[in-house]
Amino acid sequence: MDALYRDYILDHYKNPRNFGTLEPHDLDWHDHNPLCGDELGVHVHVEDGRVADLRFHGQGCAISQAAASIVSEELIGKRVDELPELSADWLIDLLGIDISPTRRKCALLSLKVMRGASTGDASWPE
Amino acid sequence: MTTAATEPLVDVRADFPILGRELEGRRLVYLDSAATSQKPEQVIQAIDSHYRRTNANVHRGVYALAREATELFEGARERIARFVGDSYETTIFTKNATEAINLVAYSWGRGNVGAGDEVLITQMEHHSNIVPWQLLCEQTGATLRYLSVSETGELSLDELDAVLGEGRVKLVGVAHVSNVLGTINPVAEIAARARAVGALTLVDGSQAVPQMPVDLSELGADFYAWTGHKALGPTGVGVLHARRELLEEMPPFLGGGDMISSVSFEGSSWNELPFKFEAGTSPVAEGIGLGAAIDYLDAIGMERIRAHERDVTAYALERVAEVEGLRAFGPPDPERRGGVVSFAIDGIHPHDLAELCDRQAVCIRAGHHCAQPLMRRMDVPATARASFHVYNAREDVDRLVDALRGAREVFAL
Repeated sequence: MDALYRDYILDHYKNPRNFGTLEPHDLDWHDHNPLCGDELGVHVHVEDGRVADLRFHGQGCAISQAAASIVSEELIGKRVDELPELSADWLIDLLGIDISPTRRKCALLSLKVMRGASTGDASWPE
Repeated sequence: MTTAATEPLVDVRADFPILGRELEGRRLVYLDSAATSQKPEQVIQAIDSHYRRTNANVHRGVYALAREATELFEGARERIARFVGDSYETTIFTKNATEAINLVAYSWGRGNVGAGDEVLITQMEHHSNIVPWQLLCEQTGATLRYLSVSETGELSLDELDAVLGEGRVKLVGVAHVSNVLGTINPVAEIAARARAVGALTLVDGSQAVPQMPVDLSELGADFYAWTGHKALGPTGVGVLHARRELLEEMPPFLGGGDMISSVSFEGSSWNELPFKFEAGTSPVAEGIGLGAAIDYLDAIGMERIRAHERDVTAYALERVAEVEGLRAFGPPDPERRGGVVSFAIDGIHPHDLAELCDRQAVCIRAGHHCAQPLMRRMDVPATARASFHVYNAREDVDRLVDALRGAREVFAL
């Protein structure tokens, strides 16, 4: 089996969870990876300070889209004020694959977009 | 119909040291020459020899070493000018094609384009031939317009005539060969039609000079920009060719040493052409290296190189079409395109394709290729792109096709 394109990565890429739009929503953000053009947006529904529901939408490589799908399942239920604290390492561990430096931003785009939605901070997670 | 397999029209791979590399036991297949070309031993040696034997600053040194460096550098300029059918005085060294285009947008554009005027470019331009005009138009109140690109990746001369006929276009900017679609644009015809209505033409020749004969004396463009590193030369040197009258009237682009004839506290007067547009120490080793690259291309012959590119490209178009779900962009007729094939495969993003090709030691590019407006026109977020130069052969295309089929297997398509 391929070390990067593992079965579950391809499954999330081909059948992304929590994808689409959410109307109405309380938070939204849209961003892209200028290196490769991967695009990702998010709609978030907030209840009692927690992520009650969310939808990602966009287009890009298998890594960026699978990462959004995988992370979406972890984010629902989290407190909005703890989203900015989620680190790049947390996401990479969650994916469970070796990400080369050239693909790191593909993986991190979903986290960047969530951070943007919760705080308006457009910087890349570290 | 499959074209008959032939021996490589040109077999020069042994001249390119980097192509001897193996990655995990696989021979390196380099298919990204539209981004930058590899360098032959002759170019590497010319640069090495300059630093080992003749390095000194050029132009005003009176000692032998400085004279030798100057002769090598200016001799390269002379041969580069002749190579594309231009004159020594109107062959200006820049950092790259981007700087050459910016030079025109600043030095000519700021004095000649104003509110109500139009700059006309095309939807297939590289960002280097878009952004300088956006900046010019923002600052002067002029309007930037785009000629459309057809489904087969071509421009319409009728549309050009219609826009020129409105009488507001001051300059037409167009790629000689598209870095994404491979389209060879009819630049002589475009320049003639622009001239007929009093507009100038700037041609971005970055993808043309490396792979086909270019004769500026026949082309009729007012400005022609290209870059050395795509033409087997080093990075850090590009060229702007322009009509002498325009260069004489244009103010300098950058100020500094070498571009002046005299400087006082009150002001300065400008050096003669081409030095008026070359402020600061020149890219000496790079110019010498580019001269060696031109000699190398010339020795093979640009007609032969063009025939080779056409053969490999035609073969590539045939072979990639065998891959299920693959869509290739650009003119279907190899006669009308240069050595580049952009494509997309249903169900695999171009970045994943490039990553999986890399596992097979096949280097292709994926992304927007610095042509985001064109990507939107083609309604794709990105494409994968294989591009060829004189050192590529049909078997490199076979390796690409095998890698693409392998990518489909990994994605279980």
